[in-house]
Amino acid sequence: MPLAPAAVRNLRPRAVTVVWWLMLLLAATPLLRLVSLGFTGGLGANPLEAITHGTGDWTLYLLCITLAVTPLRKLTGINWLVRMRRMLGLMAFLYMALHFTAFIWFDHFFDVAAIWKDIVKRPFITIGVIALVLSIPLAITSTNGMVRRLGGKRWALLHRLIYVIVPLGVLHYWWDKSGKNLIAQPLLFAVIVAVLLALRLLWRRRAAG
Amino acid sequence: MLIKIRPDQIEIPTASEITPREVYLARRSFMGRVAAGAALAGMGGFGAVASAFAQQGRKLPAKLNNAYAVMEKQTAYKDATTYNNYYEFGTDKADPAKNAGTLKTSPWMVTIEGEVKKPFTLDLDALTKLAPLEERIYRLRCVEGWSMVIPWVGYSLSALIKKAEPTGNAKYVEFVTLADSKQMPGLNDPILKWPYREGLRMDEANHPLALLTFGMYGEVLPNQNGAPVRIVLPWKYGFKSAKSIVAIRFLKEEPKTAWNLYAPQEYGFYSNVNPSVDHPRWSQATERRIGEDGFFAPKRKTLMFNGYNDVAGLYTGMDLRKFY
Repeated sequence: MPLAPAAVRNLRPRAVTVVWWLMLLLAATPLLRLVSLGFTGGLGANPLEAITHGTGDWTLYLLCITLAVTPLRKLTGINWLVRMRRMLGLMAFLYMALHFTAFIWFDHFFDVAAIWKDIVKRPFITIGVIALVLSIPLAITSTNGMVRRLGGKRWALLHRLIYVIVPLGVLHYWWDKSGKNLIAQPLLFAVIVAVLLALRLLWRRRAAG
Repeated sequence: MLIKIRPDQIEIPTASEITPREVYLARRSFMGRVAAGAALAGMGGFGAVASAFAQQGRKLPAKLNNAYAVMEKQTAYKDATTYNNYYEFGTDKADPAKNAGTLKTSPWMVTIEGEVKKPFTLDLDALTKLAPLEERIYRLRCVEGWSMVIPWVGYSLSALIKKAEPTGNAKYVEFVTLADSKQMPGLNDPILKWPYREGLRMDEANHPLALLTFGMYGEVLPNQNGAPVRIVLPWKYGFKSAKSIVAIRFLKEEPKTAWNLYAPQEYGFYSNVNPSVDHPRWSQATERRIGEDGFFAPKRKTLMFNGYNDVAGLYTGMDLRKFY
């Protein structure tokens, strides 16, 4: 794949900051849309389900986009893309946290015993919660200060957890959809994530060999 | 502080109160104009579309049967007609309302066959007139964990069964629904084995609650709700209530049903509403009443047989964990 034009690769820092804000706005748009539709009655007959599904969908979209940053950077030579990665990852975490909040609020009305029972009993929920729990240390250690404190190597090792979290998220979605025989979408996610992870393996092997 | 409400203080809205009349009329006049425009366009196929529109929204008067009217707030007409599972018209719940306009409900024939004295076919008009229509307000509980309260119009399926004169061999009833890919875009997806089929044991089918249904909210069924004729079985999960029925068969053996064929471990033949038997992926102990529960109130407890304890006698001696 040819590199991106030099003008794009060598974008000035200020322009990169503008792109960063645009990306943040873009990533926040689905949330703003849910909130505004929620207040205007635009979420249909089952708005709570629409919120649960909407936040879940966008968690997966943003996780895929976050995972795509490094391959895209390597393929195009646009190195400043890495500056978007933390923000995108944190936005994915925000949607994940909202998705979980929807679950404990709308489905269980904060009944801790019922929530726990559901998590333990239902594998697809267990998997979703494991993915959330694994994401918490990544969100906490996302600041520059934490990177320094951990040291780059240990930080990078910890953040490889993302390679576990994203497949768990896809499995969670797959399991939920399979009950209604609707696997086209989960399958698409699985293929995208598999490609993004396979590229990494390929590069690693090439670097080693 | 506990606020107590006496049953006589509960106001039950009638169908016409839920969606304002102006809204109904505006919608119909819009549809009428669309239909008229299509007819003016002079395109052959559009005549059928116009007549389908003429069917939709037609009044279907019936006297309320108080013995079968739940004292709960009815679901808004808009919610009941825009949040549907009808995979023949798409898998999203908003799809049927968008896509079901292509369903041609007139003429419509229903064949009665199998273990009967003599098979026969009735057109919709004759079928509708077989017994006096009554309005019944039933709870509807979907296997997915949500519920509605809907005023249906129809008569007990038992009236048709009597007319069909099933033989002694008839142990089950099967409902076969329309499967025409020209009218139903969803059939191109092999999600289920089409046509969608459902079934009942004879004694279940003869239970007075089983309603052969032609209308809701005082009008003929909207296409997305299973026009022109469906079955409504309020003590079972919604998917048992087959829509747009074209044949009713009397059988010796338990029929194969659509969801059961797809995932027998998740969707049993009986599929009675049962809060103590969970679906493998979610609890059936509670439900979200559409338009009411969730934001500020927890989901409500699901009742055994969806609150229709009349049917309990049909299942005496059966292990409902095994026959879910």
